[in-house]
Amino acid sequence: MQTVFSVGTDALAYGMVLFVISIGLSVTMGLMRVVNLAHGAFAMIGGYIASYAAHMLGFGYAVAILLAVAGTILISIPIERFLFRRIYGAPELTQVLMTIGITFCVIGIANYVFGPTLKTIPLPDMLRGPVDLGYRSIAAHKLFAIACGVVVAGALWFLIDRTAFGVKLRASVDNAAMAGSLGVRTRIVYAVSSAVAVGLAAFGGIVGAELLPIEPYYALRYMVTFLVVVSVGGAGSIPGALLACLVLGAIDTTGRYLVPEYGEFFFYLAVITIVCLFPNGLLGRKR
Amino acid sequence: MKTILLSAVAAVALCGSAYADTIKIGVIGPFSGPFAIQGKNFKAGIDAYMALNGNKVGDNDIEIIYRDVPQADPAQSKALGQELVVKEGVQYLAGFYFTPDAMAVTPLLEQANVPLVVMNAATSAIVTKSPYVVRTSFTLWQTSAPMAKVAKERGVKKVITVVSDYGPGVDSEAAFTTTFKAEGGEIVDSIRMPLSTNDFSPIMQRVKDSGADAVFAFLPSGPTTLGFVKAYNDNGLKDAGIQLLAPGDLTQESDLPALGDSALGMLTTFHYAISHDSPENKIFVEAARKAIGNPAELSFPSVGAYDGMHVIYKMIEATGGEQDAQKAVDAVKGMAWESPRGPVSIDPETRHITQNIYLREVAKAEDGSYINKEIATFEKQGDPGLAAAK
Repeated sequence: MQTVFSVGTDALAYGMVLFVISIGLSVTMGLMRVVNLAHGAFAMIGGYIASYAAHMLGFGYAVAILLAVAGTILISIPIERFLFRRIYGAPELTQVLMTIGITFCVIGIANYVFGPTLKTIPLPDMLRGPVDLGYRSIAAHKLFAIACGVVVAGALWFLIDRTAFGVKLRASVDNAAMAGSLGVRTRIVYAVSSAVAVGLAAFGGIVGAELLPIEPYYALRYMVTFLVVVSVGGAGSIPGALLACLVLGAIDTTGRYLVPEYGEFFFYLAVITIVCLFPNGLLGRKR
Repeated sequence: MKTILLSAVAAVALCGSAYADTIKIGVIGPFSGPFAIQGKNFKAGIDAYMALNGNKVGDNDIEIIYRDVPQADPAQSKALGQELVVKEGVQYLAGFYFTPDAMAVTPLLEQANVPLVVMNAATSAIVTKSPYVVRTSFTLWQTSAPMAKVAKERGVKKVITVVSDYGPGVDSEAAFTTTFKAEGGEIVDSIRMPLSTNDFSPIMQRVKDSGADAVFAFLPSGPTTLGFVKAYNDNGLKDAGIQLLAPGDLTQESDLPALGDSALGMLTTFHYAISHDSPENKIFVEAARKAIGNPAELSFPSVGAYDGMHVIYKMIEATGGEQDAQKAVDAVKGMAWESPRGPVSIDPETRHITQNIYLREVAKAEDGSYINKEIATFEKQGDPGLAAAK
């Protein structure tokens, strides 16, 4: 019984880390309709800035996170203005080519500037080391990641479902011309949501860095995982992404505990089954 | 097409010695991509050797030609090997970070009359594939088997092994398991995990549930080792007194700054530590750090490359610049020298390097950097893997 709880806790933690890292991509793919393969690249940029701010400039963890999120958004502004804006509404293949190109450029630049070694983001003492839960001990930073996941999910849901901005965003996505003629400044709406998505990517990169360490190939290494989460959850659906992460986290963790030699078999079996049963993802909208 | 290619190989092989003023050495390794740091280390080792020993052997100038295979890719490796031999006219092939890449080139050697010096690829069987293969790195059998003896000496009775599920991981598991059982120890469970694993908590739970006194682990050096060592600490295994034992791939020097305090006290067995205390090593490290640029990036493949160059220089000296693979390989059989890693020799039977394996502990140096501190030595270790395969 203790083992069941224990594996369950691991599954929850892993699922939440997945959620925090992938949710930005769900926003770009579902709400902005851009297949953004550069998502991992932005997460990596966030990680690098946070690592640099903490190690070289001596800032604390919280400041490093803020700096990294702001810095990544700043870097993304010219990219959004000059590159992404050309591919809104373009065929998926064009989007894929453009964003994978950006990813390779970012990998090259990161390798050149920061070198190929692993970078860490030093955690504050509070998040370091194990915390005793009674039936087992768990890394404090995992609890932090779970909390981050809950907060991000709640905030995003509120922003998209309950605010005026959310209404404008959904309107722009569904029918940009109509929304524009009703006075919604779609360009600004797109720019802001792109910034939010990039900010989330950077935040996820930092919070998840303990599990997925920052190095130049980060951007490509975990791309499949991000895409799987989005397609299983249903692009653009926050509850869908959350559900997908929890389900996939549970399957992956349990599989790894019971039969590690099967590798990712159960993970991808689950993905195939879900995608067959729900072609639009668990909670995705019909197109 | 194939006949043309083969006759071209033969033609080059026959007239290769005619213009012997510049001797070309073809080096294949990962110089871009996720493993670029290992290729950089090859280059640093080679550059360091040439900086210290000159770029001439006798009257012959030495020229190195690099070819990039970013990830394990046997087909590309073979194509590049062929190109180096046929178009560039190299007299020696060297490098090779991955086993499959080295294996793919071995069928070319006899026909091309070219020796191959393996500077890293660590599966035992490579040297059996051609009589022209010499290896100056290590094998996982060589580095993992002494750890079983360490475990026994330290009173560990029950061990669980956890390895990445691919060739070297399986080798490492077999080496440890065989030796530990021979020493009278018990293996309670053996876990093989996929290479792509990034959350190790469930694995640590398995380790905990198995009731073992120690866990023997192998993962390839790089990003995943960080997650593994952290999970080991965070899941309370360290506090529970379950020892973590591993070959030195887990604590390669270029990963140590990232591992930091969480790796302190970890025990590994390996053939080379940058902190190795000898005059030869001081000279090597200084030259190699200069060559690589960023001292933090220096790691074990550099020493394999450095000694590989030593072997090739000896081959060139013995053949006087003539292209004669058999003579070249014969010249280095039994050759012994003082490497930066300690005393080494080329086993005349296997053509694999015989060397000391060191037990090391991750420690903090006086300047605050992390090092693999050598605390015990297993002298003159051959490759038990070849014996086991027979």
